[in-house]
Amino acid sequence: MFGKHLFPGGIHPAEGTNGKAVNQRNAITELPAPKRVVIPLSQHIGAPAKAIVKKGDRVLMGQMIGEAGGFVSAPVHASVSGIVADIVPVTMFNGSEITAIVIENDFRDEWAPLDAPADPESLSPAETLQRIRQAGIVGMGGATFPTAVKLTIAPDKHFEKLVINGAECEPYLTADHRLMLEQADAIIDAVSLILRIFSVPEAIIGVEENKPDAIDALRRAASGNPAIRVQALPVRYPQGGEKQLIHALTGRTVPAGKLPIETGCVVMNAGTAFAVHEALREGKPLIRRVTTVGGLVAKPNNWLVRIGTPVRELLRASGGTQKGTRTLISGGPMMGTAFTEIDIPVTKGCSGILALGREAIDPEESPCIRCGRCMRACPMNLQPVRMDHAIRARRFDEADKLGVMNCIECGACTFVCPATRMLTQSFRAGKRIVTIRRNQQKAREEAEKAALAAKAAAEQSKTDGKEA
Amino acid sequence: MQHNLAITPSPHVRSGATTRRIMQDVCIALAPAGIASVILFGGHAAVIIAVCVLTCVLTEYVYQRLMNQRVTAGDWSAVVTGLLLAYNIPANAPIWIPIVGSVFAILIVKQLFGGIGSNFMNPALTARAVLFVSWSSIMTAYPNTVFMTGGVDTVSSATPLAALGKVFTGAEGASLADVGLADLFLGNCAGVLGETCKLALILGGIYLFIRKVIDWRIPVCMIGTVAVMYLLTSGFNAELTLKELLSGGLMLGAIFMATDYATSPQTNLGRIIFGVGCGLLLFVIRAYASYPEGCSFAILFMNVCSPLIDRWTAPTPFGEVKQHG
Repeated sequence: MFGKHLFPGGIHPAEGTNGKAVNQRNAITELPAPKRVVIPLSQHIGAPAKAIVKKGDRVLMGQMIGEAGGFVSAPVHASVSGIVADIVPVTMFNGSEITAIVIENDFRDEWAPLDAPADPESLSPAETLQRIRQAGIVGMGGATFPTAVKLTIAPDKHFEKLVINGAECEPYLTADHRLMLEQADAIIDAVSLILRIFSVPEAIIGVEENKPDAIDALRRAASGNPAIRVQALPVRYPQGGEKQLIHALTGRTVPAGKLPIETGCVVMNAGTAFAVHEALREGKPLIRRVTTVGGLVAKPNNWLVRIGTPVRELLRASGGTQKGTRTLISGGPMMGTAFTEIDIPVTKGCSGILALGREAIDPEESPCIRCGRCMRACPMNLQPVRMDHAIRARRFDEADKLGVMNCIECGACTFVCPATRMLTQSFRAGKRIVTIRRNQQKAREEAEKAALAAKAAAEQSKTDGKEA
Repeated sequence: MQHNLAITPSPHVRSGATTRRIMQDVCIALAPAGIASVILFGGHAAVIIAVCVLTCVLTEYVYQRLMNQRVTAGDWSAVVTGLLLAYNIPANAPIWIPIVGSVFAILIVKQLFGGIGSNFMNPALTARAVLFVSWSSIMTAYPNTVFMTGGVDTVSSATPLAALGKVFTGAEGASLADVGLADLFLGNCAGVLGETCKLALILGGIYLFIRKVIDWRIPVCMIGTVAVMYLLTSGFNAELTLKELLSGGLMLGAIFMATDYATSPQTNLGRIIFGVGCGLLLFVIRAYASYPEGCSFAILFMNVCSPLIDRWTAPTPFGEVKQHG
């Protein structure tokens, strides 16, 4: 029924109050634009964008206000029309400070002139990449890798399959579900365009089977294009992990430490595909996204929200957080980031805002009882217990050898641990230290090589001198 | 609205599984065998069970208090050890036997090696082995059940296993009819107090399986291996094989002791190897060694091997070595 390929491990996280069950029935609602939007210059992986407007400038909706700061980067656009009120550092979900452009909304929603291609079907790959890049599109599932960079295929690689990630395996989140249901035609249109322009033979859209209405909608929309297949997937976290999804849909395994293109696949989130549709059909840049607000809020909903809208507005529109809220999460409960500052703006990668209660507070750790549940849950076939022991004993080489760098930090091991150990947390720290040590090792080796070369050169000149 | 918000790293939700809940599940699964033992051997069985459990929990508590450690005596794991040890003692043993055994199990085998999860041999089994070699006359004086001639006050002349051993080796005058299949299944036979009622043990095993506390690999592989070995060596004598399976500590060991997390492998393949190894050793000891019963020593031997088995069967990270194709 689901194809033969299951990834190792996996879990079935339970839904709490106002989880998917409640929210998947709530149609996407446009949130009125706020009085002022705060648009950070870095909402993506890579170099921050560079501001190209200054305080006091009038900007139009969709106007580029920050240009890409390098190849791996993305521009940012005004999500409202109005006056640039300030350019200031703001705190982001992960606690870092990023320069942001604050725009005072004039509530006219005056669009900048949109440069829609006359015939998107006949765009060249290079033109398409340029348009996707100029539209500021990044991976909207949360990873925020610039989409144009992902679609730039190295000459020695082959783009054989476009994989659309509609798994949405995180509990609570329903933004992609609603988008796939309500905008199936637009998503299929983007997929068809990419297949055509990049001469890709096949696209597979993977959706967890708990979204049958979205699967039906996508299948109907794709019925005219035999190159597009919509595949129902078992409900198992982390089904939407890039490597797990490719394996489930194609049977191919991404080699450790390598990118999906090694298997001929490019993975794109369903929300990203929608943004590509808007960019190629209408010339619209990415200035809005769908964000789920769920958990302990009075009215959970899926909001179509302007990028740069403060979280405060989203929570207010959702009826505010309820009594018992102990933590706020950006993203899903398994991999999202906890934050406290509710004036943080919604960014391109913000798939959800959740208010969670006491269950989100880490219980006290107890000794490992070696039950092996973590190993069975690991979707990367790692040995969490042994890696954790190695990291806590500061044996980082051993942790590296055990494959800690393969950890995708999905949280499945921590979720199942009966001793409530902080496993994912330990691996996150371990991965950083292993990376630092690898870099130091590389630097040492290079320094040694340079020293040897210098010595050899000095000796060479000495003998040269003698000869002369 | 922003008061008391916590910042913690992901994941932000947990399954709710706890060590205590797992240990309580094991206790629930062990309950039918405990009740059966009181029915079969009378009130003294209950006394031994109570003494073992209390001594185990108390030893853990006192040790952790004295060593200024966090007290984990409330996690029910000491209760499990106490029950298992009690089930391995003859019902008519003097009261100091369970006390000595419990202190040894918790203090020496469990706590001195690092406490829960860190011991490399099963505490209850190790204590049983120590009692067995130190006071073998007490530990092998298996009383009859209240339903047998003479009752609990009489000591069985030959346990079912000894009788079966004679049949297996072809001793003169030995007969399979000496041992009743229904008696073996229901526990109406001589033995240590918790091992005789196979019905109760199997019920407990099914409960643990449903609750996902144990998986099928170790018990099925261990019991299956014993079955295969007896079938092969007895010329496919199904009756003898079935009676061997229902005799001695095999069921108690395979379901409750070999599946001990800390002392068995964690990998799926490792658990199969472990189960087969336990079964083979049990067969060899029962069939060819001087002890009629081999369950404890078979499991203890495999306990020591399990770190190695885990190493041999360590999984390959997803995407490592194997290329797409």
